[in-house]
Amino acid sequence: MMSVTLSEPAARHVANFIAKRGKGFGIRLGVKTSGCSGMAYKLEFADASEPEDHVFESHGVKVLVDPRSLPYLEGTELDYTKEGLNEGFKFNNPNVKDQCGCGESFNT
Amino acid sequence: MALLQIAEPGESAAPHEHRLAVGIDLGTTNSLVATVRSGMSVVLNDSRGRPLLPSVVSYTANGTVEVGYAAEARQSIDPKNTIVSVKRFMGRGRRDIAHIETLPYDFVDTEGMVKLKTIAGIKSPVEVSAEILKTIRNRAEVSLGGELTGAVITVPAYFDDAQRQATKDAARLAGLNVLRLLNEPTAAAIAYGLDNSSEGIYAVFDLGGGTFDISILRLSKGVFEVMATGGDSALGGDDFDHRIFCWIIEQGKLAPLSLHDARLLQVRAREAKEQLSQHGQAPITVKLGSGEYVDLMLTTEVFTEITRTLVQKTVAPSKKALRDAGLTVAEVRGVVMVGGSTRMPQIQHAVAELFKQEPLNNLDPEKVVALGAAIQANLLAGNRAAGDDWLLLDVIPLSLGLETMGGLVEKVIPRNSTIPIARAQEFTTFKDGQTAMAIHVVQGEREMVADCRSLARFELLGIPPMVAGAARIRVSFQVDADGLLSVTAREQTSGREARIEVKPSYGLGDDEIAGMLKESFSRSGDDAFRRALREAQVEAQRLVEATQSALTADADLLSILERAHIDAALTRLRAMMIGDDRRAIDGAMHALSAATNEFAARRMNQSVQRALAGRNVDQLSL
Repeated sequence: MMSVTLSEPAARHVANFIAKRGKGFGIRLGVKTSGCSGMAYKLEFADASEPEDHVFESHGVKVLVDPRSLPYLEGTELDYTKEGLNEGFKFNNPNVKDQCGCGESFNT
Repeated sequence: MALLQIAEPGESAAPHEHRLAVGIDLGTTNSLVATVRSGMSVVLNDSRGRPLLPSVVSYTANGTVEVGYAAEARQSIDPKNTIVSVKRFMGRGRRDIAHIETLPYDFVDTEGMVKLKTIAGIKSPVEVSAEILKTIRNRAEVSLGGELTGAVITVPAYFDDAQRQATKDAARLAGLNVLRLLNEPTAAAIAYGLDNSSEGIYAVFDLGGGTFDISILRLSKGVFEVMATGGDSALGGDDFDHRIFCWIIEQGKLAPLSLHDARLLQVRAREAKEQLSQHGQAPITVKLGSGEYVDLMLTTEVFTEITRTLVQKTVAPSKKALRDAGLTVAEVRGVVMVGGSTRMPQIQHAVAELFKQEPLNNLDPEKVVALGAAIQANLLAGNRAAGDDWLLLDVIPLSLGLETMGGLVEKVIPRNSTIPIARAQEFTTFKDGQTAMAIHVVQGEREMVADCRSLARFELLGIPPMVAGAARIRVSFQVDADGLLSVTAREQTSGREARIEVKPSYGLGDDEIAGMLKESFSRSGDDAFRRALREAQVEAQRLVEATQSALTADADLLSILERAHIDAALTRLRAMMIGDDRRAIDGAMHALSAATNEFAARRMNQSVQRALAGRNVDQLSL
């Protein structure tokens, strides 16, 4: 099974956000079935892990993925980038066949 | 591709449904915009990494508009078409603006808000502010990668309805959806998370570039109430720069300066001030155009000494605000520092000494208002789940009411009511056959209209003619979440309705609200006396008119002697009611009532007889 990872900048930002937030076990990555191309990413703070979760660790940050999302996310690296004035997280997901123009939703 | 932010557990937005919301600190000197990203409130910088946008707008000959640093650079070249500190003109009439004659602008004489004649035509302060907000909006949309859902814009706590409305209009003109206007001190308190902390009294000490504001807030049940405001509209960091500038000239024994040298020294003075906030001393070395050299060392001790009187000017209004709120220093739970000038060590010391505690410092004082506004915007845009949702409320700074007969104020919404709020009250007609009613909306704490501020006037027409006191007119006051008022008057039997949105033409002076509040406290005894007197006068007037209309209608029921008796009592009451002896008025009213008792009884009998004439008893439904 391939893992789900964070790039070094992504891990640094997540750790920083969790510190500022004052609590948090790690970060939860997932997919939900919605959006213009079928599926959409989920990116949330996690306060605790669920028993069925797959827990990865990347640069010291815990990454939680639920078993239903995992097949769509295997091999994914979450990155943090700046594009002009905008900045935020970006999913580099090898499973994606096509995605909508904005990249918020995709198909595998 | 869109860049994602981290959401709270279970709160990921569906694709394309991220609600982008920002908080905007529309400042006198500088403006900022902030947003909540991955749960953290952050200020959005411009493309060159600068967080501040100077609140300066410059209109040029070729029709373009410069905003921010570019406009600031044009200030010395084209002062007439470069508008600085436009916030001071928002919602203000000519006579409200202090030292208007010293300003470089061409003011246009108009009713209501002042207007400025520029090379690009006549501009209202609302339009000028809209240019600043457009630049802010553009920065936010580029930074967030989408269209904004809405914005929270901050305003000083002392802003009245006219100034708030002007701010809202400017935002609308800039294409922004205003979720809420928020008081600046309240925004600062939110940034520090005080709204989630224990209830109590907080002071917000705001020393900006050119203005000083102190606000005393009370937090109870998640509601911030502004208890008192104070300050000095002509005190800020610029004055501290100027003291250093004067010190350099004195110490360097410099000859009169050229304009260029003066500007150079001003810049060095400011740099030295900023350096002193980090270090104990600041070297000042300049080679002037005149060939003179300046090589001085400014220490914190000297800086503190030469600015002692300026610091003192912040202490007095702070003490006064506490006094106005009826509080002592010991009751203040926390002090929030706002504005870049609060970084100066002597200010920090003065505040710590005054409030007997270390002020809250860990957020950037220049950004704290925008950061708090962003948190509120994020909440109002619905980016958080409903469960743990708190909705922050503000309160009405001054009571709202309307004028009743005799120039008295009937308060409909008392001050410190939390908004939004709606209240209704019933009024009636004063004269027989009255078909119109003038409604005069006022704001203030005093009992007499003349001592309050007039907000709006309108008329309810088409009231069916009835005897005095029979019509029922329901007047509803509604204040929305931004503190803006709409008033509706409705005659209940006919359903006739008139309404007004209060967009008053001018505002009150900065400290006038505080002044009006104080007046009302110190004058309350006096006011109660005057109110009682006016009430007696109004009642007397009503009695005189009722008697006269009865005399006109049924003069034949009276003997000549009886008529003379009533006329005498009437004349006496007329004479008394223009005086200020309430007892005499009451006495004359009693005398007139006594004189007309028999007359009233005869009139009653006569009208009963008329009503019964020609009818059978069984036709009467008793």
